[in-house]
Amino acid sequence: MNPRKWDKVATTVLYMISVFIIAVLAFLLLYILISGLPHVTWHFITGRSSSFAAGGGIGIQLFNSLYLLILSMLISIPLSLGAGIYLSEYAPKNWLTDLIRNMIEILSSLPSVVVGLFGFLVFSINMKLGFSILSGALALTVFNLPLLTRKVEDSLQSVHYTQREAGYALGLSRWETVIHVVVPSALPGILTGMILGAGRVFGEAAALIYTAGQSSPPLDFTNWNPTYIASPLNPLRSAETLAVHIWKINSEGIIPDASAVSAGASAILILFVLLFNFAARYFGNKLYRHLTGARERG
Amino acid sequence: MKNDDIRASLLKRSRAAKNERFGKILTGLCILIIITVVVAIFYFVASKGLATFFTDKVNLWKFLTGTIWNPGTTDAQGNPQVGALPMIVGSFGVTFLAAIVATPFAIGAAVFMTEISPKVGRKVLQPVIELLVGIPSVVYGFIGLSVVVPFVRRTFGGSGFGILSGTFVLFVMILPTVTSMTIDALNSVPRNYREASLALGATRWQTIYKVVLRASTSGIITAVVFGMSRAFGEALAVQMVIGNAMLLPSNLISPASTLTSVLTMGMGNSVMGSLSNNALWSLALLLLIMPLIFNIIIRKIAKKGAMR
Repeated sequence: MNPRKWDKVATTVLYMISVFIIAVLAFLLLYILISGLPHVTWHFITGRSSSFAAGGGIGIQLFNSLYLLILSMLISIPLSLGAGIYLSEYAPKNWLTDLIRNMIEILSSLPSVVVGLFGFLVFSINMKLGFSILSGALALTVFNLPLLTRKVEDSLQSVHYTQREAGYALGLSRWETVIHVVVPSALPGILTGMILGAGRVFGEAAALIYTAGQSSPPLDFTNWNPTYIASPLNPLRSAETLAVHIWKINSEGIIPDASAVSAGASAILILFVLLFNFAARYFGNKLYRHLTGARERG
Repeated sequence: MKNDDIRASLLKRSRAAKNERFGKILTGLCILIIITVVVAIFYFVASKGLATFFTDKVNLWKFLTGTIWNPGTTDAQGNPQVGALPMIVGSFGVTFLAAIVATPFAIGAAVFMTEISPKVGRKVLQPVIELLVGIPSVVYGFIGLSVVVPFVRRTFGGSGFGILSGTFVLFVMILPTVTSMTIDALNSVPRNYREASLALGATRWQTIYKVVLRASTSGIITAVVFGMSRAFGEALAVQMVIGNAMLLPSNLISPASTLTSVLTMGMGNSVMGSLSNNALWSLALLLLIMPLIFNIIIRKIAKKGAMR
């Protein structure tokens, strides 16, 4: 065979690989949605889960997932913003900063199950929070912080240095420049990163099994006082999330319709992930257009 | 008198300087919290994990090479049976196999996206890869359980649970990560390398194979090692399809277990401070150390690539 033929063959193979990857995603999405959506009814979304009988819902789990997500984002957004600003704007170029960057990178490469076990040991046992939403939110924060910080730092770094110089030339201090000039122009990137991070947190289960717990006690949706034991907002109650629920009924559960319930729950989970993905793209682009007037993101 | 006023106003911190200090301290605090967390993770996991060897006097070598995991019982010499080899073999088995399967696909997709058709790549494949990253691991586990395991059972026999199923699931899970890092590596090859090769009369494939891939080898290896680090730490998806038998796997379709699967199953069923609990923490310590080793490997490769 001559080189020209090889070129044709190789190109065909590369096309096939690309089509294969697209087919894998299409299969995954279609499989989940086709097998899951028929089970998704209003009763399924809002109903209570059952431990033995068929016909359980995922209402509490869905609420828990959303509540945990909001709580952990409330902790991790300010922390990662602060850390990202420090690394991008204040950190001097020396060995200490390199060490800090390395530590954050190591934190992001740790398996989520190790983060979960750390949370179990420190938040649930040493800090006596037990299996609770609060320890779950803290574990998710640990899991999410390095990636968010990295994203914030990258977004800030991509702001041109002339913008900062313009701020200094107007007599602003460095902090004022950061807050009024640099952060606003880096906002589209930061927002995209935060929403994608939220999607990651929403589907995470390994870090939650031993921190937020694997049981969902009945909730009283008429009492929203956070100190009441069965209140949905009580941060010290144990809370099984949607992702943990899917894992639990598949690996240890005894309910007869486990595959139907997990198919439905997976479909909901995937829909949320898609939603986060499109939201990240949409709001990022919209904000960018709003800030710059440009049509397409460069 | 007037001079004193001026002097005072000059020596006092200005509002902007106070602001500046406030900002620096605030953001520095955030960094400090993250650093504390990293140190705390290593301290707590290490102190628990090392207790097996210092408090319970288990031999480290026996721990790493023993093949029987049954922390409640002791063998003929009265030593506790905590042999982690089955889990270590399982973890490395699925990791390496998944990397071997995923690498050609990842390189192929990355080459397609950077060299063959960047337009289709950016418009179609890029979102596909981002969505694949976003799918939660329990969903991969569920699909593995309801599609991959029956498929392996029908095709290769056995129960369907085992390293092979774990490999298939992990392959799809690490594919997007490896692909997007390979794309970065290929994009960093200077344009004039390609032009020089094409000017010499090479075909596109010759250019890709002889120039672009060679020039980005260190970047591609980094991507693969990073993917392996991901695969090694993945817990739930693997746990759902691997069968959770703490035996040394004899073939690819016999039930096995990984470090992560044993941890997710076992931690809830043991009492804090007991030997079986400490042994589990030792496994967690192994899981903590492995990413570090992968990290060091990546750094070494990156340095080697940078020198050329």
